[in-house]
Amino acid sequence: MKIIGLLIVLACGSLIIYGTADFPAWADPASPASRHVSPHYIEHAMDQTAVPNIVTAVLADYRGYDTMFETTVIFAAGMACFFLLRNYRRKAPDSRLYRHVSTGITLTIEKGGRLPSASQEFERIDSQWVPYDLIIRTTCRFIYPFVQLFALYVIAHGHHSPGGGFQGGVILGASVILFAVSNDLRSAISRMGEKFSALMCSGGVFIYAATGVLCLLLGANFLDYAALARVLGCDPVMARSHGILIVEIGVGIAVMAVMVCLYYILSSSGNLDEGL
Amino acid sequence: MIWQVEFIIMLLVLVCGIAAISVRDLLGAAVLFGAYSFMMCLLWAIMGAVDVAFTEASVGAGVSTVFFVAAVFRTSRRTRD
Repeated sequence: MKIIGLLIVLACGSLIIYGTADFPAWADPASPASRHVSPHYIEHAMDQTAVPNIVTAVLADYRGYDTMFETTVIFAAGMACFFLLRNYRRKAPDSRLYRHVSTGITLTIEKGGRLPSASQEFERIDSQWVPYDLIIRTTCRFIYPFVQLFALYVIAHGHHSPGGGFQGGVILGASVILFAVSNDLRSAISRMGEKFSALMCSGGVFIYAATGVLCLLLGANFLDYAALARVLGCDPVMARSHGILIVEIGVGIAVMAVMVCLYYILSSSGNLDEGL
Repeated sequence: MIWQVEFIIMLLVLVCGIAAISVRDLLGAAVLFGAYSFMMCLLWAIMGAVDVAFTEASVGAGVSTVFFVAAVFRTSRRTRD
């Protein structure tokens, strides 16, 4: 069976490599894409959209549909993970571990015992016990603001430098994941809850689609940001630039929330209680 | 770009890819896959696709490695085949 699989993989791989023989050479100026499509963007992107980074202009303006449905794909991935793994019918764990904060003594409370209510004295710890580490928590606390600020910079500065909604959203989500790893999953969920992140997932996609519908209502094509000039109070070229920013923010919110959702569900195997 | 550097990165991509599917420790496979993504990111940057390189670095090498580690943490670390 293994040999047959290997043969199939080798056959498919060699067919793909054979198929690439018809590709134009790398950076070939005579290839069809470089002769008609790319020169148009390179020559007109700056005066049509006022965005120096042509990649962003193509991604969010000229090919806005693609990016909208890419965001929808990420949203669908988050939803699929939620429906497959989220587990509501969990049974209470046999024993729970609590730590007395000031002395560091660990209590085990068996099933049926009275649990300490939410107090400053005791904090719940995971059953796969992780030693309390002051250094990790303090260092990570210093890192989050910089990570989040960099993420916002990547989203907002996507017009001028590499970056944009996807990358910035992932970095923003990574800061929340870093919090969940350095503290524990429950304290991350108490700060950014499941419902909130699910709302952000759909809210980001909604911002994108609503921008397109707004253009439609203002009498232009779907996702033709030049129509937003009347709402934003600027000329149509700057309106396209601002429209890209609005859309990138939507993408960033959706991607951030999906990453956080995926991590919550994956690391706690759907229970959202004890996690990595 | 210096072709020797490109060649070494290309070689590392191959080594990481083959090692990631052949290693028996799934946690090791996750880390190797992260290294693979990072080498791919360098290759994208060399070819001038900086936006793609950025996405590869943040999604491929960053978050997806965390997801793999979380999945390994919740399942088993050893593979049977």
